[in-house]
Amino acid sequence: MKRVYVNEEWCLGCHLCEIQCAFANSGEADMVKAFNNSEQKPLARITVEDGENDIHFAVSCRHCETPYCVKGCITGALTVNENGIVQIDDTRCVGCRTCILMCPYGCLTVGHNKTLLKCELCVENLGGEPSCVRRCPNNAIVFEDRDGGLL
Amino acid sequence: MAINFIHPEFEIIREEKRCIKCRACERQCANEVHSYDQEFDCMESDESKCVDCQRCVSLCPTRALKIRKTDNRYRENANWQQQAMEEIFRQADTGGVLLSSMGTPKDYPNYWDKILINASQVTNPPIDPLREPMETKVFLGKKLNKLEFDENGELLSEIPPQIELEMPIMFSAMSYGSISENAHKSLARAATELGTCYNTGEGGLNQDLYKYGANTIVQVASGRFGVHKDYLNAGAAIEIKMGQGAKPGIGGHLPGRKILEKVSRTRMIPVGVDAISPAPHHDIYSIEDLRQLIFSLKEATNYEKPVIVKIAAVHNVAAIASGIARSGADIIAIDGFRGGTGAAPTRIRDNVGIPIELALAAVDQRLRDEKIRNDVSIVIGGSIRSSADVVKAIALGADAVYIGTAALLALGCHLCRTCHTGKCNWGIATQREDLVKRLNPDIGAKRLANLVSAWNHEIMEMMGGMGINSIEALKGNRLMLRGIGMSAKELEIFGISHAGE
Repeated sequence: MKRVYVNEEWCLGCHLCEIQCAFANSGEADMVKAFNNSEQKPLARITVEDGENDIHFAVSCRHCETPYCVKGCITGALTVNENGIVQIDDTRCVGCRTCILMCPYGCLTVGHNKTLLKCELCVENLGGEPSCVRRCPNNAIVFEDRDGGLL
Repeated sequence: MAINFIHPEFEIIREEKRCIKCRACERQCANEVHSYDQEFDCMESDESKCVDCQRCVSLCPTRALKIRKTDNRYRENANWQQQAMEEIFRQADTGGVLLSSMGTPKDYPNYWDKILINASQVTNPPIDPLREPMETKVFLGKKLNKLEFDENGELLSEIPPQIELEMPIMFSAMSYGSISENAHKSLARAATELGTCYNTGEGGLNQDLYKYGANTIVQVASGRFGVHKDYLNAGAAIEIKMGQGAKPGIGGHLPGRKILEKVSRTRMIPVGVDAISPAPHHDIYSIEDLRQLIFSLKEATNYEKPVIVKIAAVHNVAAIASGIARSGADIIAIDGFRGGTGAAPTRIRDNVGIPIELALAAVDQRLRDEKIRNDVSIVIGGSIRSSADVVKAIALGADAVYIGTAALLALGCHLCRTCHTGKCNWGIATQREDLVKRLNPDIGAKRLANLVSAWNHEIMEMMGGMGINSIEALKGNRLMLRGIGMSAKELEIFGISHAGE
């Protein structure tokens, strides 16, 4: 399946993917409104890690073939859909954070309402193609089908 | 000290309502203009450091930023303009030579804009390049005046070495050191994809780029940096750099802080040592000396590579070119005074040399008059801004053009003209690793290939309009040009008629 891959060689650490991700998932049509017109700033599902020696790379859900987070979910809120995308049903999530503990990549986080927040490859919002990929200024984030799955 | 205060040249206009404080501007500015104020939860800017490179403006996701020239003015004075006064303030303060980068921004006459191209009507119909074949392939090198064949029709004459180009546009010399590894990679990959050549400049050839050799022109300049046998044999041709349009008569100086490990290995000089290219080649003081170097290089490459001699366009350019054509060179490259540079003394850049348009017309005419035009190809550069400039150059007599500044613009350069600071925010004129990675060669090569293939399409359209289907038929075809707003003397030098004539 097509997944989001990050090439740290080209990641500038500009953190714009985070901004675009938060905006794409905010439900707002205007970025300024999404950030400046709400009580709480929208949160990103992708995080740029800034290391030493100018190493930067963005981390978001890997959509593993056999995801530990789904195995560990105590309420069945996390599921793998027919396209292989790991999705969260936040009406069922109780915010126990077991998935966060189990994720080997550290890709998961918690939203303002204390339920799980994770990358769903922009299938659930207006973005269509993942927003982080489309808006990366240096093609450091790509959306590709590579041979061999993860885990 | 108030006496040395110079008001910042630019103002950063940040529309507070639109700013979402994502801090991308802060992270992307190598000049450290932007900062975030935690206490007031807002972005601040120190415009005194701004060079107007437009990086922050381009990356701002909400278009909250723009940069404007300050309207702080000294008292109006047509003679003592603000810039002249500020340059005096700077020199009074430092005692130093003023440095600048890229081509001169001064408002000298641009003759490309005073030349118009012809088109066919009725009698000699135009050609549609989308429906009919159209040839933009060129061969650069010495052409034989006569071909000899044996009785079976087999060619007896030995054809001198040529560079084969799919289009009459090459990337001009920009050294590894003055521009980044990723910029070089982008140029090399684009040249390969397009079937044209890029030029190493005088900084040698990075090991990783030897594989693009067939589309590389290797340069030998007065510093002889990075020159060895494998290097000479790696490329499609060898260029001897005698001069550069932006700074005729002076050498080069790559500061030691740009000589990092990889540049040092490629240039074959120690890390951190200034790379100084002398103004003259210390072994060339005459055309005969130049001939010796040309033949040394030919000898080293088994007479398989054409040799280019690159000179700056100066007052006696036609006589110099005539000498070069007789020295054994295969190609003459002429660089006009508007050409770019990574760093040059401002006074030289803005006042020395002549426009390439005039130089080209003079050289082509002189070589024709002396019946040696076929002995060399002519390549010109120095601010070719569009495909129309290319067509005009070819009609004036050039075989091909070099583009440097236009190529850098395709790579993201916004002509802020501060290459000499080494802090290029677009990852081009810098060796700082965090900045170099901002230019992804996948993007760079694609954009260069886009640009040049677009120009090539436009060249074909213009040729078609003139009823010409081969670039060879356009070369030196000055009947296709008319001058507009030129004096009789200018028209005489160009060898063209005025519009309406």
